[in-house]
Amino acid sequence: MAEKYVGRRIKRTEDPRLIKGLAHYVDDIRLPDTLHVAFVRSLYAHAKINGIDTAEALKAPGVVAVYTGKDIATKVGPVPCAAALPDLKVPDYRVLATGKALFVGHPIAAVVATDKYTARDAVHLIDVDYEELPAVVDVEQAAAGGAMVHENFGDNIAYKLTSGEGDIDAAMKAADKIVSQKMVHQRLAPIAMEPRGVLARYFPGEEELTVWSSTQIPHLLRTQLALMIGIPENKLRVITPEVGGGFGSKLNVYAEEALLGWISIQLGKPVKWIESRRENVQATIHGRAQVGTVEVGVKNDGTITGLRYNVVADLGAYHQLLTPAIPTLTGLMLSGAYKIPAIQMNVTGVFTNKMSTDAYRGAGRPEATYVVERVMDVIARELNLDPIEVRRKNFPKADEFPFHTATGLDYDSGDYEAALHKALDLSGYQSLREEQKKARDNGKLIGIGVSSYVEICALGPSQAMPAGGWESATVRIEPTGKVTVMTGASPHGQGQETSFAQIAADELGVDLNDVTVIHGDTGIVQYGIGTFGSRATAVGGTAVLIAIQKLKEKASKIAAHMMQGEASRLSFEAGCYTKQEAAAASVTGKSEPVVPVGEGPAGALNDVPTPTNGRNKITIQEIALAAHVAKEIPPDTEPGLSATYFFEPKNFTFPFGTHICVVEIDKDTGETKIIKYVAVDDCGKVINPLLVDGQVHGGIVQSIGQALYEEVVYDEQGQLVTGELMDYALPKASQIPWFETDRTETPSPVNPLGVKGVGEAGTIGATPAIVNAVVDALSPYGVMHIDMPIRPETVWKLIH
Amino acid sequence: MKQAISINVNGVDHAGEVEPRLLLVHYLRDELALTGTHVGCETSICGACTILLDGQAVKSCTMFAVQADGSNITTIEGLAANGNLHPVQEGFWECHGLQCGYCTPGMIMTSTQIIDRNPNPSRDEIRHGLDGNLCRCTGYQHIVEAVEYAAKKASA
Repeated sequence: MAEKYVGRRIKRTEDPRLIKGLAHYVDDIRLPDTLHVAFVRSLYAHAKINGIDTAEALKAPGVVAVYTGKDIATKVGPVPCAAALPDLKVPDYRVLATGKALFVGHPIAAVVATDKYTARDAVHLIDVDYEELPAVVDVEQAAAGGAMVHENFGDNIAYKLTSGEGDIDAAMKAADKIVSQKMVHQRLAPIAMEPRGVLARYFPGEEELTVWSSTQIPHLLRTQLALMIGIPENKLRVITPEVGGGFGSKLNVYAEEALLGWISIQLGKPVKWIESRRENVQATIHGRAQVGTVEVGVKNDGTITGLRYNVVADLGAYHQLLTPAIPTLTGLMLSGAYKIPAIQMNVTGVFTNKMSTDAYRGAGRPEATYVVERVMDVIARELNLDPIEVRRKNFPKADEFPFHTATGLDYDSGDYEAALHKALDLSGYQSLREEQKKARDNGKLIGIGVSSYVEICALGPSQAMPAGGWESATVRIEPTGKVTVMTGASPHGQGQETSFAQIAADELGVDLNDVTVIHGDTGIVQYGIGTFGSRATAVGGTAVLIAIQKLKEKASKIAAHMMQGEASRLSFEAGCYTKQEAAAASVTGKSEPVVPVGEGPAGALNDVPTPTNGRNKITIQEIALAAHVAKEIPPDTEPGLSATYFFEPKNFTFPFGTHICVVEIDKDTGETKIIKYVAVDDCGKVINPLLVDGQVHGGIVQSIGQALYEEVVYDEQGQLVTGELMDYALPKASQIPWFETDRTETPSPVNPLGVKGVGEAGTIGATPAIVNAVVDALSPYGVMHIDMPIRPETVWKLIH
Repeated sequence: MKQAISINVNGVDHAGEVEPRLLLVHYLRDELALTGTHVGCETSICGACTILLDGQAVKSCTMFAVQADGSNITTIEGLAANGNLHPVQEGFWECHGLQCGYCTPGMIMTSTQIIDRNPNPSRDEIRHGLDGNLCRCTGYQHIVEAVEYAAKKASA
């Protein structure tokens, strides 16, 4: 029997085109007569636009058109927000600023020219008459009053929301001690290595528009663009070619996407816009940006009685697709890996004159995990307990799942102690503590940080999602026996062309190389939701699996007909249907010769299929040909062999794990160096361990970025100080330690694959481990907390 | 005023006239349709645009095409000789050294220089050599392994 593919370290089928430089990202698609778009963007955080003089630009050779807010005000609908919250204030977010500019980078005018150099030149020929207004920058001040981002709203509060279950006041009263800590989750930029980009081509004859966009959500984008531009959805095709990373930043509908589509319709030509890195930092969504105070009621033995988190969330000037919803995800995950009888989050969403925040890898959950895992260490210090013991004390036991939290969730499955135990073993925790003591005696600053996280993945049941939480798959076996899988998920680096092919190849018993996974083209693929929220495998992979099971129901009926048997008396193994009596006989060596898998029918449609009368075995690929030729299928059976399935998950999944980080701090420079990093993650069943390792590594490095290096900085005038990669510090290879990774495997009961998701684990679990390690190293100086990013300067000042 | 240049790219001679301000990366991508070389930051930080110019890893986003006049350039498209993957390409595939693939061409070009200069680099040396190339997906570990794989393979 062929070796199964699921569970093996299979190298990716998508790689050859990528390592040869032959893949096509948006900017690599070259259409004749393409015009290029560049944007005039606000230089100010908050300004009245008294006039825009486009005359000089329009005179420049090569400039074809200039559009301003006035031109599109009644023509292109506003940038949509899909988040629905009670009493949410939703500003009118036009695709070009009308009247006022509300953040640095706010698009004000679009220039269209025959080449990109001319377009960029012409941007500087446009004279915008700005009248600068006071900028609303600091989120706490913005919440308190003063200057307003949107004067029509009367204040800067977009919404207030209280969430959680249990009697929080009673829980706090029942505590021996209240531990409290204020924490800042700094603003981050997702920085996908490929900036955003759009190519739009209108076909005037067919009245059809095709939009190529670097997005994570082709179908949702198509629906929204159809509404914004006013083109029938069935005349609009969205194609996501190769996408160079997203991390949530391309889980959105952007002004530029609608504008490019609309301009292409106006001019009847292809138009292209490729975001510069400066535009990317200015006008692609940011993440995090919360300032909150957590209060935890604890008994003297470390048992938690209740947790309250009061937080202001910096939403930026406008709502992008999910902006106001992100902090609500924080509220959902405030129970962390612990039994906490009462939890309350009071969140205030606040407008500021900055780019919108939205889903950046983790999207609200890193904030929750950071709050919980950071405060666990504060509790340990206050009560003079080992941080491990405080965690253990409050873990639910493995037999307590499904586990209901006071945030209203039901954790599907878990064994938190097992992951912790493995991480302690792998890191040699006890000897690390001894080494730390010795190092301290020698004047060295070593710190050990632990984080036991839980995350919420496989987003999610439709009831809990703004626009559907299911995922779709179509699986088709072509006449030649090749398998086409079409997924509504939209992978952009995760490797699902490989992992979904593994699922399909195993379920169909065919060679992996006979399976092609197609995604990201609304003209080909059935409606789908997209890739985000660590959902693609758990939801989309399950859709593939069940679609195949449906396809096989039909295949077995055809097989039975072809072999003159009964479907219920056939067995299926290694891609072959076998009559059960024949299967029994094969044990004694009497079976018919079998067509080897992968060498199935290769004939054209008019070939006569292999005569099957009297045969006891038939491959699914032979059945596919028969189903297409349709001469030998049961009466009342539809020809062809394909199936579509839309999988609706009943619950989220809850991956978990423990990360342990060891840092050494240079007393002279204040610099933090990570000298050891151990990650034990449990993402349920693993389809491809190689890909899981990659997701974990990448996630941890984004955490290291947040903990030590990255921050989007706006100055007091709302000017963006970190507007390029020269200023926004992404982690480099030499700053990263060697990761020791391991896993525990607790299958999820939510889907038949047992998978949970792993895309965001590293970014959620790692940040507090790193900060806890730094605080631990600095504990001899009485340091209880330090805000991120932990700059050498801050550390040096604490030491000296 | 356009300026005449002649550049050999991946073994093929190209002669033409370009604007003096045309960036080398745009010459490769837009004039020669070699779109494997990517633009990631436009400030020489991220390295997605790395090519080999007369054997040296160079960031083509901050160099003018006219500055490359008379030179020999290798881009990612020219690395697989006669259809056989270069050991570094092989290493990236074997070790899962890429996810979204956008930084990959630049990473691969830089990695070829790392093992050219030092056939048996340590992990620290590899990481140091990669510092001019940013990857947001992989966390670098698999890239380091890919370069180790390539070094071993190249010296075998």
